[in-house]
Amino acid sequence: MTMGTFYALLGAAIAVMLAGAGSAMGVGIAGQAAAGVMSEKPELFAKVLIMQLLPGTQGIYGLLVGFIALSQIGVIGGGAGEMSVATGLMYCAACLPIGLVGLISGVYQGKTSAASIGILAKKPDQFGKAMLFPAMVETYAILALLISVLSVTGIR
Amino acid sequence: MAENYAFAVARVRALEASLFSDATIDQLLGCREYGAMLQMLAEKGWGDGTEADAETILAREREKTWEVLTDLVKDPVVFELLSYSKLFHNLKAAIKEVVIGKVQAHIYYDDCPIGGEEMVKIVSEKNFNALPKPMQEAAAEAHESFLHTGDGQLCDIIVDRAALCAIYEAGQRSKIDLLMEYAETTVAVADIKVAVRSQKTGKSAEFMRRALAPCKSLNVEMLIHGALSGQEALASYLEETDYREGAEALRTSPSAFERWCDNRIIEAIKPQKYKAFTVGPVVAYVLARENEIKTVRIILSGRQNGLSDDSIREKVREMYV
Repeated sequence: MTMGTFYALLGAAIAVMLAGAGSAMGVGIAGQAAAGVMSEKPELFAKVLIMQLLPGTQGIYGLLVGFIALSQIGVIGGGAGEMSVATGLMYCAACLPIGLVGLISGVYQGKTSAASIGILAKKPDQFGKAMLFPAMVETYAILALLISVLSVTGIR
Repeated sequence: MAENYAFAVARVRALEASLFSDATIDQLLGCREYGAMLQMLAEKGWGDGTEADAETILAREREKTWEVLTDLVKDPVVFELLSYSKLFHNLKAAIKEVVIGKVQAHIYYDDCPIGGEEMVKIVSEKNFNALPKPMQEAAAEAHESFLHTGDGQLCDIIVDRAALCAIYEAGQRSKIDLLMEYAETTVAVADIKVAVRSQKTGKSAEFMRRALAPCKSLNVEMLIHGALSGQEALASYLEETDYREGAEALRTSPSAFERWCDNRIIEAIKPQKYKAFTVGPVVAYVLARENEIKTVRIILSGRQNGLSDDSIREKVREMYV
């Protein structure tokens, strides 16, 4: 294995680790709020569960970028050859957007979901509107995913 | 950590949905009979469905609120601050019972760390070290003074001032915005009440100095000066402070003023409706419940004593939701 391959693998790991950690924290925060509502209003289970799951997408995006990067490098499917340090660093840089944005947006989406779960507790009929607030945070995770996917697939 | 109270706040939000709104209070006021009021409270889930009288229903509601608080909050300073008024009330009642003799009515709060029986035991044994630290000195002084002078009012002002100082100190120590604001407002409003009552009953500056507790938003000496000069001077001083609406209420009527005193605290906690991760909404819920229970008691006793709707309505407190 060359240093170039190491940097490329590091990039894939960053994408999966940071975005996954962001989702884990976000789902955890929203889960606590969901449990709080469930202790008083069990009939809201389905609605609060959806709210809790919203911050989980960043982890999936990180995984997706990680898979594409591993496939490009040749770790998945075989054919991993020599890779220059410059190419390896390019893969690493390409994975950074979803890694960092995934971490930060996951945590903040979790907090927004928890606050929206508070809306559901008082006004269950406002589910659609309450879901929009955490969904807005998702926009930036999607933008980061887009740039990471375009960058990883664009490296020759 | 921000998410420490995510569970607690979400649970409180669910509970807030069953708090009485102004419309529910209007509905309760609309009941012509006392029995119909109790029936409506039972339908709203008050009490356990087995209580026969209003006092038991209200006591059960206070217990439920305390159970929620103990479930959700582990910070001891929050408990201290919220239980001080009940603890000091129990202390006053116990001192009088020990000195004068047993009273028939149940005058103690049991939903606090030291209930009636235990407090009576502490006071009768003069074991004041068993009390929380801010109560010890005041308990000894109030007991001694009541034993020797029999002056109930003097005993009350010693204990009440100590209660206000303890609340203020706990609020500042908590470093929690809401608790600091609550402590400041509680002490200031209590001071204003003391000044107003002292003005009406012609008390001396010395008496007021013993009764008033210091706080940031009021100048105690100015308050005393205002009270000694008359109601208008007192109202004029209040107009220069953060409590200018109190001056207006004071000029309107005594019950409008009492109503303002409670509403001021509800106003102070209202921003907590929009917080999602702090202990604030939990504390605000407890205070809102106490305000709700107090309002229901005012309405029930007003109807029982045959007061007119307008007269009851003037005493009804503003609701949190």
